[in-house]
Amino acid sequence: MPYLGSEDVVKELKKALCNPHIQADRLRYRNVIQRVIRMSKLDQWGQAEVLNFLLRYQPRSEEELFDILNLLDSFLKSGSPGVVMGATKLFLILAKKFPHVQTDVLVRVKGPLLAACSSESRELCFVALCHVRQILHSLPGHFSSHYKKFFCSYSEPHYIKLQKVEVLCELVNDENVQQVLEELRGYCTDVSADFAQAAIFAIGSIARTYTDQCVQILTELLGLRQEHITTVVVQTFRDLVWLCPQCTEAVCQALPGCEENIQDSEGKQALIWLLGVHGERIPNAPYVLEDFVENVKSETFPAVKMELLTALLRLFLSRPAECQDMLGRLLYYCIEEEKDMAVRDRGLFYYRLLLVGIDEVKRILCSPKSDPTLGLLEDPAERPVNSWASDFNTLVPVYGKSRWATISKCHGAERCGPELPKTSSFAASGPLIPEENKERVQEVPDSGTLMLVPNLQLTADYFEKTWLSLKVAHQQVLPWQGEFHPDTLQMALQVVNIQTIAMSRAGARPWKAYLSAQDDTGCLFLTELLWKPENSEMQISVKQNETRTETLKSFISVLETVIGTIEEIKS
Amino acid sequence: MISQFFILSSKGDPLIYKDFRGDSGGRDVAELFYRKLTGLPGDESPVVMVTTGGRRHHEGRHFIHIRHSGLYLVVTTSENVSPFGLLELLSRLATLLGDYCGSLGEGTISRNVALVYELLDEVLDYGYVQTTSTEMLRNFIQTEAVVSKPFSLFDLSSVGLFGAETQQSKVAPSSAASRPVLSSRSDQSQKNEVFLDVVERLSVLIASNGSLLKVDVQGEIRLKSFLPSGSVRREVSLFPGYGPGIRVDEVSFHSFVNLDEFESHRILRLQPPQGELTVMRYQLSDDLPSPLPFRLFPSVQWDRGSGRSTLEPKPRSLNVRLHLPLPRGVISLSQELSSPEQKAELAEGALRWDLPRVQGGSQLSGLFQMDVPRPPGPPSHGLSTSAPPLGLGPASLSFELPRHTCSGLQVRFLRLAFRPCGNANPHKWVRHLSHSDAYVIRI
Repeated sequence: MPYLGSEDVVKELKKALCNPHIQADRLRYRNVIQRVIRMSKLDQWGQAEVLNFLLRYQPRSEEELFDILNLLDSFLKSGSPGVVMGATKLFLILAKKFPHVQTDVLVRVKGPLLAACSSESRELCFVALCHVRQILHSLPGHFSSHYKKFFCSYSEPHYIKLQKVEVLCELVNDENVQQVLEELRGYCTDVSADFAQAAIFAIGSIARTYTDQCVQILTELLGLRQEHITTVVVQTFRDLVWLCPQCTEAVCQALPGCEENIQDSEGKQALIWLLGVHGERIPNAPYVLEDFVENVKSETFPAVKMELLTALLRLFLSRPAECQDMLGRLLYYCIEEEKDMAVRDRGLFYYRLLLVGIDEVKRILCSPKSDPTLGLLEDPAERPVNSWASDFNTLVPVYGKSRWATISKCHGAERCGPELPKTSSFAASGPLIPEENKERVQEVPDSGTLMLVPNLQLTADYFEKTWLSLKVAHQQVLPWQGEFHPDTLQMALQVVNIQTIAMSRAGARPWKAYLSAQDDTGCLFLTELLWKPENSEMQISVKQNETRTETLKSFISVLETVIGTIEEIKS
Repeated sequence: MISQFFILSSKGDPLIYKDFRGDSGGRDVAELFYRKLTGLPGDESPVVMVTTGGRRHHEGRHFIHIRHSGLYLVVTTSENVSPFGLLELLSRLATLLGDYCGSLGEGTISRNVALVYELLDEVLDYGYVQTTSTEMLRNFIQTEAVVSKPFSLFDLSSVGLFGAETQQSKVAPSSAASRPVLSSRSDQSQKNEVFLDVVERLSVLIASNGSLLKVDVQGEIRLKSFLPSGSVRREVSLFPGYGPGIRVDEVSFHSFVNLDEFESHRILRLQPPQGELTVMRYQLSDDLPSPLPFRLFPSVQWDRGSGRSTLEPKPRSLNVRLHLPLPRGVISLSQELSSPEQKAELAEGALRWDLPRVQGGSQLSGLFQMDVPRPPGPPSHGLSTSAPPLGLGPASLSFELPRHTCSGLQVRFLRLAFRPCGNANPHKWVRHLSHSDAYVIRI
């Protein structure tokens, strides 16, 4: 148990959070909580722990909620960043039904967060920046007036600069767009190629809203004739003309000349695509493509060749006289001499399409495009604060949500999973579980003082008699979706020493099972599992032959863990 | 909570390793960390890393670390904990180790391994933080710190002499505060001293046309107290000079500070424990009361490939260094500097101009001539003389300004209400210092 400053505090907290008698009495619970919060002797670690514990508390009324928030107010002004962030998270979670309170808290935490972003400690700076980005997902305008704090400094490490550039993209608004773009433009000529490219992509994403200014900046950058800059600018243009068709004209005027500076695969693909789709507006498009066709034999990237085929065919439709000859040559090369099968297949496909007739080609290649403004390619809408409030002040914003999902899947499956043979259902689940983990030793979930006796031999008659004579000690409902295999469940329960007395066949409606277990003091736990597919939930009823709340709780948690794991693995 | 804690040297040698929960794979986790750290791709942050796949024992383990004085202080955990809390713990541990061992470095840690382990035992129990307060820890720590050479106040010949204003107008070497704070023996010969530092970091960005884009000052008032514990009551009141015209944007105080008289008289009272603590942190942006310390007038001419830089610093400053990245391919440099003690050299694609001591109000100039290879391009384009070639980066200055604070905040007096038990009156050392965090002038 963490040391929270004194024995009394520990006692109080334990009382409040574990004792069902106190929990049942709301007034006593509340008093205990208030007393704990008011403890002034707690140091910053104790305060952080208290805030963590309080996350489990559900205030019963609005009055009580605001009461608690008032008490915790002073924690928001603490000098310790851990305490301030812990308090912020608690506020956000407790006030989940009051968005205006949440916004208020986020305004108050702006100061400490910005101070952390400019801290001497780079690590603190990085973590604070991750949290700032998290907040900006829901409140994009929140830090707009403080954009200067996110300007990158020359000596900062690369990962911090990248985060700051992302933040700058997200806080752009009408007032600061001029300065932010100028700053980003400065970064585009940075000596570090990676950073320059990141800055250019950032300008590209701002361009979706402020198209004209950004396109102008990007065009100027093309004039520098630097390879690493040109390739990224062309890629950005390619993405931009799709989303903002109004800038196509400007882009087409900027393109001529940059083919000399592009050497890498991505850049070439982007350029070729642009020439194919908008070639009619670019005067020298056929000649540039001709260059590529001449050198197709020495072209190393198959993706570039594929793009070339499509682009040339498109251009042929709008400028047939200029492209006919080289299209023929290209198709000949791809079909006869090309070794990469994907490229060859595409060449064959286009050749056969041409044989069918030019109208057919036009119909297929120039069909109406999807309208990007319909929102298919738009960024996800602002997410409400409640979607990430529980991740605040944890490691989730630091890794990013997608990476965290990967990590927790790998880790969670290993920690709680009991050993299962290679049944088909298991093998089909989750490519994230590596092969060798199937033979791992099972880990019994931590059940505290509960020790279930293995090899319990209970006859069905005895079970039935005992079942009917006892009253239900605990009832609970767990969510459950879809089908499952009873064998898997039985095996899993076996591992934690829970015996299955009887179980319905798979597919029976409703599905029932009866389980029994005994702990080392002789206390019997009899369980009924009832699954009704129409409700998508599993109902658990537990009967105990001696009333012992502690052991009952432990047993329930073991059961929940097993069932939860089966659910996860199956899904 | 925390599973393990270890300290690595800058080359990855493990100096300290402690396992708190016994649920990990063993000492080789330190090596795993260092390998991950050095093998990390450039755009991923090393601050928090995780192991996925690989051996079962190390799966899903998060490594969180800070770099302090060239050492890596790392904790591992398997749970989803608060990163702010852990980073704070690591910084606090770094300060604590520095207090106990004198300073934090590879040498001091290697000499004081037993003390470090004892400290860790008391601070963390089964991975939970018990206390990091020096007062409480002092009761439990028995081991003495080992120092490399005995401290002597009369050692005035050390480099980096810093003036310090005191009542007695004495001067203390800059290493004066770096001895171990907490010796349990009541050593009569140890002086009772209090060191107060007002340290400001200045962050400035100036555009190529001379306009000020951004200015930011982050300040801290730090107190390091060697006052022995035997005294009955000790109180320190500071009076930060908050006269007219001085304002700060954001202020935060340590929890020990008593703010009763802050509003009225701007007095801070506290009862400091032994060791180092940050009394107050403040921030100021965009509106400095005093003019900027340095102005740079670069003029660059490209047909001859020469550039002239003129610096005009205001107050006296030390250890000024100008760093100017140059276009690729610059090979030779010839220079004319206005004073013999400066030197300039080409290093790593950049020009470095070192000026050890610069007087306030002076103007220094340097003429640098270099050969810039012309970038290949069609002749019709030609080099525009208005835009500098690519790669001539922003000039960044790094400097220290002793006895000067950019925000104007000064500590007026430091009063100790202290009843010594037969010891001499305690010494008080106060110093103000500003140094550059990032002073960038665009060309």
